[in-house]
Amino acid sequence: MNRIKNFFSTFLLFELLKGMAVTGRYLFKPKITVHFPEEKTPLSPRFRGLHALRRYPNGEERCIACKLCEAVCPAMAITIDSEQRADGTRRTTRYDIDLAKCIFCGFCEESCPVDSIVETRILEYHGEKRGDLIYTKEMLLAIGDRYEEQIAKDREADARYR
Amino acid sequence: MEYFQQQFIDLFGTEWGAMLYTLASNMTFIFAIVVPLLLGVAYLTFAERKIIAYMQIRVGPNRVTFFGIPWLRGWGQPIADAVKAIMKEIVIPTGANKFLFILAPVLTIMPALAAWAVIPFSPELVLADINAGLLYILAMTSMGIYGIIIAGWASNSKYAFLGAMRSAAQVVSYELAMGFALVCVLMMSQSLNLGDIVNGQQGSSLLNWYLIPLFPMFLVYLISGVAETNRAPFDVAEGESEIVAGFHVDYSGMAFTVFFLAEYSNMILVATLTSIMFLGGWLPPIDIMPFTLIPGFVWLLLKIAFVLFLFLWFRATFPRYRYDQIMRLGWKVFIPITLIWIVVLGGIMQLPETMRNTFPLNIWF
Repeated sequence: MNRIKNFFSTFLLFELLKGMAVTGRYLFKPKITVHFPEEKTPLSPRFRGLHALRRYPNGEERCIACKLCEAVCPAMAITIDSEQRADGTRRTTRYDIDLAKCIFCGFCEESCPVDSIVETRILEYHGEKRGDLIYTKEMLLAIGDRYEEQIAKDREADARYR
Repeated sequence: MEYFQQQFIDLFGTEWGAMLYTLASNMTFIFAIVVPLLLGVAYLTFAERKIIAYMQIRVGPNRVTFFGIPWLRGWGQPIADAVKAIMKEIVIPTGANKFLFILAPVLTIMPALAAWAVIPFSPELVLADINAGLLYILAMTSMGIYGIIIAGWASNSKYAFLGAMRSAAQVVSYELAMGFALVCVLMMSQSLNLGDIVNGQQGSSLLNWYLIPLFPMFLVYLISGVAETNRAPFDVAEGESEIVAGFHVDYSGMAFTVFFLAEYSNMILVATLTSIMFLGGWLPPIDIMPFTLIPGFVWLLLKIAFVLFLFLWFRATFPRYRYDQIMRLGWKVFIPITLIWIVVLGGIMQLPETMRNTFPLNIWF
């Protein structure tokens, strides 16, 4: 009996019509696509995007050239040179991140004792030559200056869990 | 018309004028068919992408527009695709047979366009009103397979060759079922002329269309049509996931686009034939006032659009058939059904006159 039922439901295309009813219904459902440049998905305050170097409110750069980030970086994307400044403090003379190597693990940010190197929410950046993706100290500081407000707010939001 | 004919005769003399006039008027008519057809193909690809996207809860192409008009977003996509294809290089593989490689796309598109010559768009609008119209269509649609086989062979690639072999076997087996389904239409209409076939469906409403008495044949024809044009779910010839793109894997640029054009104009052709033979061609669904005001050409277009929508709907819904399943469906299901239906139909037509004039039968016979 079941076999006969199956035979007729296949032969009279009921199964196919059922499938078409499903796709037909979906034709009129609201679409879930996010129209990227105009609409953006919400990002977490922990989002790990483009790096930035921060400064203290008085304008002094935070980085003390401890090289912990350089040591922890699993992709060896960070290169740091340092020397003593006139006032006796140790500062970096070179702080390069090769974003082509970086895997955005966030270890540099985690290891930083002074919250200097951070990863921001910025994800739309590009390079047109290979060298464009090597970010120097000046570029990273500039990013930090520009987005300091957002960076500080994100650290604040996540402070309880750190 | 008369005026132009006279002009030609005045310009070139009686003999040459008449000949040149026939040539010019036919050329005009051919352009009037082919240009909208190619535009239709372009926008069919757009409709396909949009409709399938909507069925998959996506939005489809929505960026390219004309002159930055926001509500036309997406509509420039087929034009942009065409421009891109024209700019690309046609790569000819080293091992390929150059002559056949270039000839194959031409051989594919030629019958796809030539078949349109006998399609009646309205009672008087037909390029070649020949009596063997249906036969011509069958001949032309079967010709298309040569292009595919030659493309597969000339590419000198295993994938292309496999695609061509599959395609050939598939098209040949479905041609039989398709032909038998059309035999039923011939028996009903008693004519091979496509215009007469539509006129045979004339009546008070859509009950007179061959769709109703020949419903199983309509399904067989529609499904064979999908198989014939190598569309999903019968697209083993292309089989993106198994043999990358089948017979046109080695084609690029405009040569590839020509295959594409041929496939889609074949789709429109099958949709048109379905409309003409089963859905009453240019006839309105109900022969009363508001419907008869709309010109027949528009009705035909609406029916073609509906059948094409079905094609896209099938593609969005069904998974691809396995190769042996395709063969089983063609040989073991469709051909027996069509043969039985021919016998049943013949039996009905041989009934005594009085019985054929009783209620359900008197509509059609």
